[in-house]
Amino acid sequence: MKSITHILFILVATLFVVSCEKESLTIENEEAELMSFDSRKSNPFMGSTWLQEDQMGRPGVNTVFVSKDSKDQFNVTIPSEQNAIFQSMFQNNLMGLSPAFSEPDDRNALGLTAEEFTSVLATDVLNVSFIKPTTFFDGTNVLTGRALADDVITVELILIFGGETGLTDPEFPQFSDDNVDANDATFLTSFPYLASPW
Amino acid sequence: MKKFKNYFKLLTVLTVGLLIVAADHIDAPAVAGGGSDITDFYAFNGENSENIVFVANVKGLLSPTATQRATFDENIMIEFNVDTNGDAIEDMVIQATPMKKRMYFVGPITPSQTGLVSTYDTNPDVEVNSVKITNYNQPPRIETSHDGISYFAGPRDDPFFFDFAQYTAVLNGEATGFREEGVDTFAGTNVLSVVVEVPKYMFGDVESINAWVETKRKQ
Repeated sequence: MKSITHILFILVATLFVVSCEKESLTIENEEAELMSFDSRKSNPFMGSTWLQEDQMGRPGVNTVFVSKDSKDQFNVTIPSEQNAIFQSMFQNNLMGLSPAFSEPDDRNALGLTAEEFTSVLATDVLNVSFIKPTTFFDGTNVLTGRALADDVITVELILIFGGETGLTDPEFPQFSDDNVDANDATFLTSFPYLASPW
Repeated sequence: MKKFKNYFKLLTVLTVGLLIVAADHIDAPAVAGGGSDITDFYAFNGENSENIVFVANVKGLLSPTATQRATFDENIMIEFNVDTNGDAIEDMVIQATPMKKRMYFVGPITPSQTGLVSTYDTNPDVEVNSVKITNYNQPPRIETSHDGISYFAGPRDDPFFFDFAQYTAVLNGEATGFREEGVDTFAGTNVLSVVVEVPKYMFGDVESINAWVETKRKQ
């Protein structure tokens, strides 16, 4: 009697193990099919969903004007909604950062107050002209693009710390120019324009 | 005394290194340093001014050695957004994402949805072009589509220049202003770049656009 029970137990156990293995084999086959679909994909767009993590328009905007605890939120706020949420933060941070904007009616070289300047910056997009030279600023053209050789940092420093005469006689000269005015490598005149890596 | 000086030097270098990452080179906690972290975005006339060039850079502050191993993240899409009617909502996009050593591109197209999410069904009706990702120390691989769009993806010298170390020192109250001769914190470093040059007419008959770049992660 005992040995029959034993045998039955072993039979049942074996059946159980075999059926489990069968099940895992089926799952493996499904996974293998999925994998081979991926490797058969002719491009990575097919059957895909993508969720935003980072964004950028003008240089230095998130770094300088968005408060530390809000940077992640800024990165997933679409530009058309940025002004309503962030303009007053930008303005507070600008006035706190720059002695050239300590008063609400202080203006910069573009003639803008802190409120007006940050209203431009808070929608973080690059304005690009299709009919003029493309540059962040070249003495004549303002915010018509961003070229590789543009000294965007000094332009922004002048607009933040330079006061109304920032272009010719900055109010705070020690903050208005980092004195690095060119890239370390020479750009290419043809595509892809950026210089070879170091 | 010498030991102390060397230790101090090392500390300074480490501190400056840690404080770094700028343009958007210094980014928010959730993305900083990862494959979705955008360091820079440029938009400028091509050599032929009938074309506009868009550049997106990721993976900043790559040393030459690190550049040899650097790769684009296959879970990340780089998306150039173009607003042609001034409402800061994208009217057209160009998207780039890598797969097995090639960078694949879509666009400029009108996206089926705007904003934070992009989806494609299993057999999307879009034209896809691709270019082989350029390796370190290789001349740039370039592809041009039948309708005149040029593509590049690979390592490049970081075009950004800024005495970011001094800016940080000023913010921390350790310096009273920039140096008379600034030092480019980004000199000698590389990034991974995606460069596309697009005939302007593809965006419609407009005199200007607004543009920005996003990275999106595959779900």
